[in-house]
Amino acid sequence: MTQPPPPPIGLLVELTHRCPLGCPHCSNPLALERPAAELDTETWNRVFGEAAALGALHVHLSGGEPTARRDIAELTRHAAECGLYTNLITSGVGLSEKLWGDLVGAGLDHAQLSFQGADKATNDRLGHYGGAFEKKLAFAAMVTKAGLPLTVNAVISRANLHQVEKFIELALELGARRLEVAHAQYYGWALLNRAALIPPRKETEEAIALVEAARPKLKGRLVIDMVVPDYYARYPKPCAGGWGRIAINVSPSGKSLPCHAAESIPGLEFWNVRDRSLSEIWRDNPAFKAFRGTDWMREPCRSCDRREIDWGGCRCQALALTGDASATDPACHKSPHHARIAAMAAAEAEADAGDIRWRSYRERIEA
Amino acid sequence: MTIDSRSRPRLPRGVKLRRDEVRARWTLLAPERIFEVDDTAAAVLQLCDGERDLAGIVAELAGRYAAPPAVIEKDVVAMLGDLEAKRVLET
Repeated sequence: MTQPPPPPIGLLVELTHRCPLGCPHCSNPLALERPAAELDTETWNRVFGEAAALGALHVHLSGGEPTARRDIAELTRHAAECGLYTNLITSGVGLSEKLWGDLVGAGLDHAQLSFQGADKATNDRLGHYGGAFEKKLAFAAMVTKAGLPLTVNAVISRANLHQVEKFIELALELGARRLEVAHAQYYGWALLNRAALIPPRKETEEAIALVEAARPKLKGRLVIDMVVPDYYARYPKPCAGGWGRIAINVSPSGKSLPCHAAESIPGLEFWNVRDRSLSEIWRDNPAFKAFRGTDWMREPCRSCDRREIDWGGCRCQALALTGDASATDPACHKSPHHARIAAMAAAEAEADAGDIRWRSYRERIEA
Repeated sequence: MTIDSRSRPRLPRGVKLRRDEVRARWTLLAPERIFEVDDTAAAVLQLCDGERDLAGIVAELAGRYAAPPAVIEKDVVAMLGDLEAKRVLET
């Protein structure tokens, strides 16, 4: 018998893949799951109870747009009653005051509001939804009025990289406690749109420096977290905090995933929460065990002194960029593919071309 | 911003002190963050109810732990100041 893994800290539930927006940087899979396949209220509620018992502390109610679920308030209430800290990850589009009131009453702890641009024109273009900006402002006002903590999540790509300073101003104006400057990560729709989205290296580094300079000045007012664009990084990001180490994702239809893009890796079997308990999945699902810990690693990861910091980086990115899910993430400068990847990114950014494919159920994607 | 003896510290909405039974420890749950809290810090945070002022909190802890108030105050101010800078405590 091997030791059971330490319990997960977070549960991210993609309650639905439905979303009013059409963001080209979306990390959802190209094959969006259909509404008819979504789990019912009862099953989600059971999953929340199992997650809390297993040791999860945070539940991230995500999607798609989670408030597209009619039972979102009921789900929030049950998750909160299970003792989970409830985080709503939303576009802020389409929430009535009534629904917001229901969510607050249900015990929602935090709202994370995405912005695609720091002004109306940029935001509405990249979100592919006219009028979204005003709706987001109205949503932010409802959150702060209710006294809930608000995080502004700014997804950064070439199209809005120049707006980082404006995003900081916007977050302050809206009374956010936290701002995420989240450079797009290239999975799913974002990978499809990479040529149209990836920012040039120099401007990216300037934007990172700008955030780092702003942080000390805003101490105590606004916490800024930054997700850097890892094609230009020196070290890879620890995917999901380490594969099967701290987080469980569940897809709309109940597939349990070590990270949201894990389905892109062929040959892994993802157990469904309809059939098994979360504790059984966490402990025994072969997909969670496939890259857990460090035993699966090869060089240069295996002997690297950062192997328990980066956890080898991202398996999905290793597969997408090198064709081998067990390779070192090429975002790492120790990867033999690193120089090629950085050069490819720079060339795509320099070309400043690429048609945007808006996220939708209807868009046909050729393999 | 700075904490003085009349400050009435409290956890803002969206920040929760919770006993984590699975790991047998206290945690402070905040947006996208989890802070491990030792038993002493948990004892301080349980008194941060927005009613008691810092002087009251220090007096309570000094009595409980039979320690000099000045020493306790220094530790408590440092700890609460740190949490305030992280936006998980209000005064």
